[in-house]
Amino acid sequence: MVKLAEWRGKELFRKYGIPLPRGQVARTPEEAEALARAGTVPLPCVVKAQVLAGGRGKGGAVRFANTPEEAKTAAAAILGLEFKGEKVREVLLEEKLPIARELYLSITLDRSLRLPIVISSAQGGMEIETVDDTAIERTPVHPFPGLASYEKRRVAHVLGVTGPVAKSLDRLLDSLWTLFNREDAELVEINPLAVVGEGLVALDAKVIIEDDAAFRHPEYADIRDDRTPLEEIAREKEIAFVQLDGNIGVIANGAGLTMATLDVLKEFGGNPGVFLDLGGTDDPKKVTEAFLLMARAKPRAVFLNIFGGVTRCDTVARGLVEAMKQVPDAERFPLVARIRGNNEKEGVEILRAAGITSIPTLKDSAQAVIAAAGGAA
Amino acid sequence: MTVLVDENTRVLVQGITGHQGTVHTRQMKAFGTRVVAGVTPGKAGTEVEGVPVFDTVREAVAATQANASCIFVPAPYAKDALIEAVDAGILLSVVVTEHIPFHDMLVMYHYSRSKGGRIIGPNCPGIAAPGKAKVGIIPNVVFQPGRVGVISRSGTLTYEIVNGIKERGLGQSTCIGLGGDPVVGTSFVDALPLFQGDPETDVIVLVGEIGGTAEEDGAEYIRHHVTKPVVAYIAGRSAPPGKRMGHAGAIISRGRGTAETKLAALSAAGAKVARFPYEIPDLVAEIVARQARR
Repeated sequence: MVKLAEWRGKELFRKYGIPLPRGQVARTPEEAEALARAGTVPLPCVVKAQVLAGGRGKGGAVRFANTPEEAKTAAAAILGLEFKGEKVREVLLEEKLPIARELYLSITLDRSLRLPIVISSAQGGMEIETVDDTAIERTPVHPFPGLASYEKRRVAHVLGVTGPVAKSLDRLLDSLWTLFNREDAELVEINPLAVVGEGLVALDAKVIIEDDAAFRHPEYADIRDDRTPLEEIAREKEIAFVQLDGNIGVIANGAGLTMATLDVLKEFGGNPGVFLDLGGTDDPKKVTEAFLLMARAKPRAVFLNIFGGVTRCDTVARGLVEAMKQVPDAERFPLVARIRGNNEKEGVEILRAAGITSIPTLKDSAQAVIAAAGGAA
Repeated sequence: MTVLVDENTRVLVQGITGHQGTVHTRQMKAFGTRVVAGVTPGKAGTEVEGVPVFDTVREAVAATQANASCIFVPAPYAKDALIEAVDAGILLSVVVTEHIPFHDMLVMYHYSRSKGGRIIGPNCPGIAAPGKAKVGIIPNVVFQPGRVGVISRSGTLTYEIVNGIKERGLGQSTCIGLGGDPVVGTSFVDALPLFQGDPETDVIVLVGEIGGTAEEDGAEYIRHHVTKPVVAYIAGRSAPPGKRMGHAGAIISRGRGTAETKLAALSAAGAKVARFPYEIPDLVAEIVARQARR
């Protein structure tokens, strides 16, 4: 998923006609000061860290400024902060508005209903998870007719808005619905959505774009998540790779089998650290690349657990044997292999010829790799 | 008909001339499936693995009376392929293609449903009834005919489990791999009644994963409607919680969606819960032995 920073989300909001406070992004304290001085951002203003994590207000990543000098000081205090593991590189300066009420509004997918769902609450401004269930309204929307007028009236009723504010909400809901669909969003969230005078203003923007729709959206190609460098290389090679604390590397195929492998390792006291999901491949080169990538993560031991379907056992065995020739001495690791399924015999034979024994059961092989990594924790 | 496919199923392969389409057409035929037609626009008149190729699904259906489609078409074109199949009157489509945007799948699902069709998948292994037919990509070697029904959200893990059942000396009636995408055409709740109503299934194995609430919904269905014994496994009990921005997803699943909530729901619904994949065959065997004593 592509998570957009607030300012990028707001650029999208602007494109779709969703009302916003006047504001601009700054990357240095001097830039922040200049924006305030020129009146590009009216004073008093809010200075907000552009990070993806929530809880910025409580965490000191949002400050207020009444003068250009204060804007500079606020930006200086926030820029370069490390907020929940994310380095702050940008701040968003926005005019401070007279807020009458704070509401919550989002559109996302309800997997069970297999429908998009509009979520609304009159209790905006706080984390929606802390809002009581009875104060949250879920409105499923069928994709064929789209968002109907009666559904919008229901949301207005839930939010307790009438008259011109309700009119503003009607337009805003249309915009948000269009954005959700055209931009292939997984989530569009406005929290808080502020009642200001006789209208509504989106004070925050959370937008997540679906990865699988990337072929329709080349414009998001340059936006990177908080991946580790190895995760980034894996992504380029289309290998699912997750790096955590732990000393056993796991190479499996398929998310379910990878998770089941992890469950078994944990049960016997193992501490898996890197997961590499080969997915479906019949290219031995991809297997070799996966192993070389794993070697760079420096695991104490590696567990190869493959059930051959599209990915055949002999393909994996060939890729593995080739990788073992290429792994630098400094990155060598003990290996426990378990390959089952399509072309199992050929695969096991190729491994045997290279001096690697495939252990047939998940239980035995899991215990073997834990021992190879230095025993149970 | 056992569950959705049998020896009368006439399979059409959309995207048959691609690498995956060709490989799996061969495998489906080796399984004993009647693969009657393939479709790739612009490739009419050719043959793949002895199967005639047509430009359109309509022509393929007219010439071969195909009644199920297996879709390997790349993600950007998969929605179009499915709509074409539905419009040609094909009511069962197995969508193997991965990485289909869920916005597309929403349209595919609701369009198909409006015409009385059913989708399995996307991003799924498909369906197989040993000795009868296979529509999809589950490896042939894991199967043998029997009376255990398998419904799974996983891919490879399904193969592992089905194989374990075989190695325990038991066989399968039908196995459906539902796929793990955010929007699936057939969920546990949709598949369970098929196995409950199938005279060839004695035991149902349900294989779930963390995330979403499909297993909890399935448990609710089992509690009220399933009288056959169910063995359940959920993968990912010890998986680290994923990072997720925004909270809308969390609201929908409020207090649901973890391995604990799923296992608790399934257990409360009367299912026997396996903690590891390799415990499943033993639990199934115990049930089968008990049934035999009756």
